[in-house]
Amino acid sequence: MRYLPLDASEREAMLTRIGVQDIEALFADIPADKRIEDLLDMPLGKSEMAVERAMTAIAGRSVAAGSVPFFLGAGAYRRHIPATVDHLIQRSEFLTSYTPYQPEIAQGTLQVLFEFQTQVAALTGMEVANASMYDGSTACGEAMLMAHRLTRRNGAVISGGLHPQYADVCATLAHMAGDRIARLAPDLKASEGIAAAIDAETSCVIVQSPDFFGNPRDLTPIAEAAHAHGALLIAVFTDPVALAAVRSPGEMSADIAVGEGQGLGNALNFGGPYVGLFATRAKNVRQMPGRLAGETVDAEGRRSFVLTLSTREQHIRREKATSNICTNSGLCALAFSIHLSLLGAVGLERLAKVNHANAVELADRLSAIPSVEVINTHFFNEFVMRTPRPAAELTEALAGRGVIGGLPVSRLLPGAGLDDCIIVASTETNTDDDRAAYARALADWLR
Amino acid sequence: MNVQGRPTRPETAAAQPRETFTGNRGLDMEEALIFEIGRFDATGVDIDEPAPFQSKLGPHARQSALRLPGLAEPEAIRHYVRLSRNNYSIDAGIYPLGSCTMKHNPRLNEKMARLPGFADVHPLQPVSTAQGALEIVEALSNALLIMTGMDAVAMSPKAGAHGELCGMMAIKAAIEARGEGETRRVVLVPDSAHGTNPATAALIGYSVRSIPAGEDGIVSVEAVRAALAPDVAAIMLTNPNTCGLFEREIVGIADAVHEAGAYFYCDGANFNAIVGKTRPGDLGVDAMHINLHKTFSTPHGGGGPGAGPVVMSSRLAPYAPVPFVKREGGALRLVEHTQGRESFGRMCAFHGQMGMFVRALSFILSHGADGLRQASEDAVLSANYVRASLNEVMSAPFGDRPCMHEVLFDDRWLKDTGLTTLDFAKAMIDEGYHPMTVYFPLIVHGAMLIEPTESESKASLDLFIMTLRDLATAAKAEKRERFQSAPVHAPRRRLDETRAARQPVLSWTRSQPA
Repeated sequence: MRYLPLDASEREAMLTRIGVQDIEALFADIPADKRIEDLLDMPLGKSEMAVERAMTAIAGRSVAAGSVPFFLGAGAYRRHIPATVDHLIQRSEFLTSYTPYQPEIAQGTLQVLFEFQTQVAALTGMEVANASMYDGSTACGEAMLMAHRLTRRNGAVISGGLHPQYADVCATLAHMAGDRIARLAPDLKASEGIAAAIDAETSCVIVQSPDFFGNPRDLTPIAEAAHAHGALLIAVFTDPVALAAVRSPGEMSADIAVGEGQGLGNALNFGGPYVGLFATRAKNVRQMPGRLAGETVDAEGRRSFVLTLSTREQHIRREKATSNICTNSGLCALAFSIHLSLLGAVGLERLAKVNHANAVELADRLSAIPSVEVINTHFFNEFVMRTPRPAAELTEALAGRGVIGGLPVSRLLPGAGLDDCIIVASTETNTDDDRAAYARALADWLR
Repeated sequence: MNVQGRPTRPETAAAQPRETFTGNRGLDMEEALIFEIGRFDATGVDIDEPAPFQSKLGPHARQSALRLPGLAEPEAIRHYVRLSRNNYSIDAGIYPLGSCTMKHNPRLNEKMARLPGFADVHPLQPVSTAQGALEIVEALSNALLIMTGMDAVAMSPKAGAHGELCGMMAIKAAIEARGEGETRRVVLVPDSAHGTNPATAALIGYSVRSIPAGEDGIVSVEAVRAALAPDVAAIMLTNPNTCGLFEREIVGIADAVHEAGAYFYCDGANFNAIVGKTRPGDLGVDAMHINLHKTFSTPHGGGGPGAGPVVMSSRLAPYAPVPFVKREGGALRLVEHTQGRESFGRMCAFHGQMGMFVRALSFILSHGADGLRQASEDAVLSANYVRASLNEVMSAPFGDRPCMHEVLFDDRWLKDTGLTTLDFAKAMIDEGYHPMTVYFPLIVHGAMLIEPTESESKASLDLFIMTLRDLATAAKAEKRERFQSAPVHAPRRRLDETRAARQPVLSWTRSQPA
């Protein structure tokens, strides 16, 4: 087996040094009647070529987003990622290192995390960010729990514009922990009355902007309403590029900002691994979940970085920890950070502008088709389109015509009465030809 | 030849390292932060301005300026390459972190994960266009069920601790379904457990009752029976445990737990020791997470991403979270909603760590039934080889008995040397080794937990052993300088961690001194 360096004679020599007859002697603690001799039903090992052949065949049975006109977002976005990013994250020293528990020989990872935290804080308009979470949805759930700790309350109000699966994650956590949750109805036009749902037991209000339906939202009045009741505002986003176009959570008085970072540096990967971004005000840092890299000096006075404030964490505090989280999403955070350090504010703003321009162009083109309506008054790179026939049928029909046209709202919100709505997204990767193909396929199907 | 016939001679070099103008020491280079290198008005990505268009942002357009530096491509590459060189890695040397399983990361797996049919597939594409992706989920699920002898698997948890949460939520849902949600509120956790176990139990409102490990490092049936009561919902037991020992009484413990109406959660962090040797399903486990980044070698990436699928017994299977994959006729479909099911809910958006699934499946196919079993045996063999070779110079807390995939020492042998486990670990850095896990598990004083894995050659193990023996001899000879000043041959000396915690500086600000 190509990954195992020991040979039979070395194994023998090692057994001799250990002083046992055979390898089974080392497994003697396993009850004899519970030992197995073989993994039945599993094939024997394969050569690299054979594995590559088998995996490539499986990969061929999905449609790669890049091979078709592609307009699907809803929490994951197809971006052009500079070749530099994937090259650098495959450096052995980044790819095959562990959590930086020995900082003297992990300054590479630690400095990257410090830079990442600074970038995320700047992007969200907040003061401090952690070293990443699993993804946007789990960051959202952790933010809710953090708000409960900060306010010593246990009720959350969840906007109807929050990504439904993010809301499901929060609802599951709340149910399991015995906390309260008020989940508002799906809110196509960002017209819900959140303030009325806040009461004296509310710890936080969770609102997404741009929301699941693509509407950018003014969070300032929601923050004011929450703060008036002693509750916190958790601002959620699902595309980090949007933050270069719309007002940041920090500008709109959010207390915690969380979101999905996949849209920078990370491929679609059928949903993971992604990278959760988590930022807050400096005064809240000791209730934050997750790892934090901080600056200090070494014995020679040189600037150095180290994991810090770990007394919040499970390996020190055990059942009193702020979270059970152990792993972060280090390599995905690195990819995010490299992409963003290449872009800078100038590049990110231009990228956001191209995304927005492409979406506006697409919306104009599609809404010009008779009986097709774009619902949103305002949007960044994603909007809701209504057609006279069920959206689930539409996306299948479009796929049959070689176009991935968006997400039928009914897939994530069945029974919400939005079966004729489809969420359409556009990024910089879309061309004029893609838009023409979409318009053609849509008109053809509606005919 | 650029020395023009004037080769350097070691004796002409100064004996002491000199201060340098740059702060660099040859290939050991200092590197500034991106905020100090990049310009805030520059970008390293060429993007064309779009044609003029009517903005649809309305009053929501960002008002304040974003301040982020941009690096030209060569600047970025140099920055990250220089930073990377300050990291230790498994590719560069043995990384014997006990409980962390730093084994070789095959590059085939990286290549497979980057195939467009895996990497460039959106989680919400029409299911008819994502059949290959679902096939990976199905194939990995089947492989995990074969290896564990369990009945169902939840694939979505994002990491080990997330898997623990998933398994414990399934247990809580099952207990609530029995109408005992109000009465069963306690989780038994051995004091040797990973910190994530009690933290997970607390997260879903359970209180933790600690059970002691015995003198021999394992949990006894008696200790479990003594702690079992009608208020107990579950036990969380790591097997093989954090002392590197197989829990010999596990079957009796499982029986006792089940008799008391509770469930058995197994922390599967150390599953890599027993793949192909025994199956958790046969041992009475109700739920167990599998760290794909440990047992199946998806890269640790400097701290994630991980992946933590949870296998479950038939008793818990109905409560597993959404989504899951179902084969109907010839096609695979995704079940994404809990309506009409007993499922406890959802762990995360989308379907889990697909990129990690591809790598793990590629690892499993490469090894096959024979290779997986051999990998477990080699991991256990290597750990015992280290144990047998160091036993006489270090001290083992539970006597001279075989271990599983990792060997545990304590610090009794350092008594009277004036040195600590930490000093010993830092001296290993000067020898070019990443230290072992230290001060864990908590039940052993000054713990040193060594996990060599199956990836090391005998020559590599022998040099590692000789180095540790040499260090041990020096420690006992009270050559304290070699330890207390260590590391001196690393990118950094010991850090002021107290300062980092007392005056937290968690992001760069312009006013900071460079």
